[in-house]
Amino acid sequence: MPRAINDAMNTPASTTLKVSVWRGAQEGRFQTFEVPRQPSQTVLDVVTYIQRNIDPTLSYRFACRVGMCGSCGMTVNGRPRWTCRTHVDKVADGGAIEIAPLRNLPVVKDLACDMTEFFDKMNRAEGKFHPTRTRHDDFAFVLPEDAKRKQAAIGIECIGCAVCYAACDIVEWNKDYLGPAALNRAWTLVNDVRDGGDKDRLRAVAGDAGCHACHSQQGCVEHCPKHLNPTRSIAGLKRATALAALKGDL
Amino acid sequence: MWLWQRLSGAFLALCVAVHLATVIYAVRGGLSAAEIVGRVSGNVLWLVFYSLFVLAVALHAPIGIRTILNEVTDLSPKATHAVMAVVSLAILVMGFRAVIALFTAGGA
Repeated sequence: MPRAINDAMNTPASTTLKVSVWRGAQEGRFQTFEVPRQPSQTVLDVVTYIQRNIDPTLSYRFACRVGMCGSCGMTVNGRPRWTCRTHVDKVADGGAIEIAPLRNLPVVKDLACDMTEFFDKMNRAEGKFHPTRTRHDDFAFVLPEDAKRKQAAIGIECIGCAVCYAACDIVEWNKDYLGPAALNRAWTLVNDVRDGGDKDRLRAVAGDAGCHACHSQQGCVEHCPKHLNPTRSIAGLKRATALAALKGDL
Repeated sequence: MWLWQRLSGAFLALCVAVHLATVIYAVRGGLSAAEIVGRVSGNVLWLVFYSLFVLAVALHAPIGIRTILNEVTDLSPKATHAVMAVVSLAILVMGFRAVIALFTAGGA
């Protein structure tokens, strides 16, 4: 498309954007900024503009800017999103946006959250690989059409951005709940035929803080920027833990 | 406890299906108290079915209530267990009262 036409299509109606940004830590308030509109402007562009041109003390987190690293998650107009992949045009409500840190995580400062508990829960759900082979063994032979391989493939693309964790009401109500990302990771590994940690993993994800706490509200499915379905993974864990318990393996 | 809830839940799904199918079947052409009593009173199969139904509800409902209480209130585990016991007992008493009354109704 010629550049002139492209720019004309993306030119916003209003020349400035009213942006409310969370300032402070757990306790704080919203501060309002006026930011010039740009064609194809993302919410991350807006935050960066504020920090570089208006208030250099604004804290936020980002790295890749292209939806690969999962570090720029924030709450935009009440919904958890990757700010780098969210165009202002799509979310600006009457020329205004509200940007807050992700829900369900302690705020370090302004828009940056402490992700420690989120990653700790990945470990608590045994979301790590337990190898069954050594370097002296041959490669594992896994067919792409294998049923377990297909199940693993469905959830493997999670990049750990915590958008699902922020969207989940169970995480809000039950502070010990492992959350959608950790359980999705556990289900991926349950379906990894090279992995030998299932007994510990199923024990880790059963119980009050694990998969059985999920009410299948699907806030995670609704908000996952990768369009994954953690609720389906959690349902898989519910079946797997119930079967293991009936067999006496838990 | 979650396993008991899943097992009782699966059993209840079956019970509710049988119960509803029977109700829909029985209600054709009108329904009277006498008809219900005539069908279930003295019938050991219905007695066993509805007894298991009541037991499953008495098991399933309090575990669900425990989850809700844990999520939305700050009740201690002791208080939560007390509420569970009361709910379970109430279901058992009311359920078995109805089951036994229907089984023995009509002079059977």
